[in-house]
Amino acid sequence: MSRLTPRTVLLGLAAPLGALVFAALVCAVILIATGHSPADTVQAMITSGKRPRTLVNSLNSATNYYLSAVAVAIGFRMNLFNIGVDGQYRMAALLAAGFAGATWIDSVPGPIRIIGTIMVAMIVGAAWAGIAAILKVARGVSEVISTIMLNAIATYLGQYLLLKLAVPVAGSNNIGTRPITEGGQIPGFDWPGSTSKVYGLVILAVLVGVVYWFVLTRTRFGFDIKATGMSESAAVASGVSVKRMVLYSMLLSGGIAGLVGMPQLLGSSHSYSLDFPAGLGFIGIAVALLGRNHPAGMALAALLWGVLDNAANSLDVAGVPKEIVAIMQGVIVLSVVVAYELVRRYRVRYEQQKVGRELGMTRVPAAAGVGA
Amino acid sequence: MSTDDPPGTHAVELAGITKRFPGVIANADVNIAVRAGTVHAIVGENGAGKSTLMKILYGMQRPDEGTITVDGTRVDFHSPADAIRAGIGMVHQHFMLADNLTVLENVVLGSEPRAGVGLDFRAARKKIREISTSYGLDVDPDRLVDDLGVGERQRVEILKVLYRGARILILDEPTAVLVPQEVDELFGNLRELKAEGLTILFISHKLDEVLSVADDITVIRRGTTVSSVRPGEVTARQLAELMVGSALPVPELRESTVTDEPVLQADGLTVVTADGRKVLDDVSFTIHAGEVLGIAGVEGNGQAELVETLMGIRAPAAGTVRLKGEDITRLSTRRRREAGMAYIPEDRHRQGLLLEASLWENRVLGHQTRPPSVRGPLLDRRGAKADAQRIVDEYDVRTPSIDVAATALSGGNQQKFIVGREMTGNPVVLIASHPTRGVDVGAQAAIWDHIRRARAEHLAVLMISADLDELIGMSDTLAVILRGRLVSWVDPKSVTPQELGSAMTGAGDSEEVA
Repeated sequence: MSRLTPRTVLLGLAAPLGALVFAALVCAVILIATGHSPADTVQAMITSGKRPRTLVNSLNSATNYYLSAVAVAIGFRMNLFNIGVDGQYRMAALLAAGFAGATWIDSVPGPIRIIGTIMVAMIVGAAWAGIAAILKVARGVSEVISTIMLNAIATYLGQYLLLKLAVPVAGSNNIGTRPITEGGQIPGFDWPGSTSKVYGLVILAVLVGVVYWFVLTRTRFGFDIKATGMSESAAVASGVSVKRMVLYSMLLSGGIAGLVGMPQLLGSSHSYSLDFPAGLGFIGIAVALLGRNHPAGMALAALLWGVLDNAANSLDVAGVPKEIVAIMQGVIVLSVVVAYELVRRYRVRYEQQKVGRELGMTRVPAAAGVGA
Repeated sequence: MSTDDPPGTHAVELAGITKRFPGVIANADVNIAVRAGTVHAIVGENGAGKSTLMKILYGMQRPDEGTITVDGTRVDFHSPADAIRAGIGMVHQHFMLADNLTVLENVVLGSEPRAGVGLDFRAARKKIREISTSYGLDVDPDRLVDDLGVGERQRVEILKVLYRGARILILDEPTAVLVPQEVDELFGNLRELKAEGLTILFISHKLDEVLSVADDITVIRRGTTVSSVRPGEVTARQLAELMVGSALPVPELRESTVTDEPVLQADGLTVVTADGRKVLDDVSFTIHAGEVLGIAGVEGNGQAELVETLMGIRAPAAGTVRLKGEDITRLSTRRRREAGMAYIPEDRHRQGLLLEASLWENRVLGHQTRPPSVRGPLLDRRGAKADAQRIVDEYDVRTPSIDVAATALSGGNQQKFIVGREMTGNPVVLIASHPTRGVDVGAQAAIWDHIRRARAEHLAVLMISADLDELIGMSDTLAVILRGRLVSWVDPKSVTPQELGSAMTGAGDSEEVA
């Protein structure tokens, strides 16, 4: 799909834009039905969205969502459904926090600590995903089932490990890992007019996006992933070892999933505690779907999700239940899946027609010589 | 039409049928009149529009223009159910039977005879017996379909249609899956059906068969009816030329290029399925450089398993495969491809192509580790595109560009592209499963040419085909596979399709392999 003509660009945008418009309409109907004014709601969201603080928070949320989406998308490309990004990043963040917050590490130079922390997170994420990969390759267990169960295991194992690692958080009944000291933190960027800072690791997200794009479109490995996703039987006949690809892509997906908690851990909370954000893995699935596994598409989708989430907080003030945003997000995902399939079918038909036209085959054959 | 009969005697009349499809040849102004109580053959090349036409008659497609008249009444079918109500039944090329049900259960499926809340199997069984006896179909309603042979399954399909009250039968390429002896039996059945006053529309591109069974023949070329003839008036050759619009290619090898250098050797290959069935049983052969080994057999006798084992997609339970003397039994598919094994798979859509990827990406498929499509671990997009363009030019693949998705091409052009790709990179062995299946005559001739040329350059070829003429004409050596075993070796220079057909069904087991 490397052909960039106005038509293909338009087709590519038609589905997500159509889904957005449709979702907005559904939300408007719901708002009217429940006695709220859609116009006021939009007004409240725009006002909130213009605040620098909301923008920074949106960008930070988007960074998390994007990393999560890339992790999910690696699997999607091969028709693997890694539902376990959630468990993978939570295990990774917890153990990486334990590593980075350990007392012995305070004397290690900052850059090495940070790189080490990120490595630990990636390895833990990959290992947690690796369990599902091995189950699938060796025993044929569906990765959907095993990753969902691993999410539950991660929750309880995480609580147990947190109790072992935790120190009480001053002034609350929260508990968390020992805070990472200054050398192990990654400072954020200032944003004019906002006290919150943009995560330093936003750069990591961009880097991950670029590497993801490069590997998938420019390397042999990426070709094998794509081929397996498009037609497993054709990939096998061409010499791809599907089991090996399943293993590698699950490990990669888990490794990227391990990064999901890093911007938060190293950039703002500096500790894994009971209130560390959960559920990012599931948002990643939605963002990957909306962004069609495309590196730029997912970036836009992650930003949209971030803005919606952060603007939602201001809705309660305006007297509109902020759950309307969750409804909108749900409708977007549902309608975008339908819209993509419609566009895909149209695209195939259109291309067949085009080929037919260019080869002069759709012309009505000469009706000569009909036996009389 | 060539009939002088008064209009009322036509069982089916198609007038001015036109159907437009994106990208493929549709029907244009098709006119056919089928006399009641006759076998009417519709002949044409693959892709000429025969199947579309029959789908229109069976209500699966609606024509853009034109009219259908059944027994003198204008009809307008919205679904096959409408067609069935009008007395039209269709026997599909691929059987639609549930293996684990009995004949009786298969036949009543979808039109179950009710007796209160239960099913009245007794009445159904009686009706099936009646139909079976009166048309000489010889089908036992209580046998499991799984136990039936191909010919019997086809008779069950016919019975299914008759059970639903069809008086007009459409048979879509009914002989494609049959060996010559079964074809004769089928034709016997058709004559009985005709004698009972039924009308049969017989779709085929096998002309000898058409000439022997049909009363009228309509030739379709490029979506339109080009002529209507009676079997007595034409020869098979003339009919073929009407069909193609030009002279025909013949599958034949000129002088032998077989050397004494063994390239691909199989020794005692045995494949066992998960449920313990031997699908390949002690298969041994040697293919030399410059030799084409043809494997004849009724589909499903182990050909697919043999090919997959040779390509490393399936692991044998016993036996070895050697390539140029080296044991490759445990080598992965990719290593085998790198060692020079090329593979034209039987099902190009499932195994040969990434349908929604561009042609140049399909050029990379199967060559993921070899230049010019890759450079080290990276894809060489420019190299792959240039070589895809070369294949398109050299193999006459009709496509507007190498950037279109493979699915946009016609089957014949897809196949030519696959052949071109597999011939790339100087292969030493070509495993070709049905290399010309579903391609038009021109493409068939071109593919044969390419195989002949590569053979002259010392390529060893294993060819599997359902087209006996192709097998006999293109093979240096010919083996027959039956129930997973190579049961006999025949000389392609002297064997006739009839003899080969006997060997394929196990009727001529005399020439056991030494």
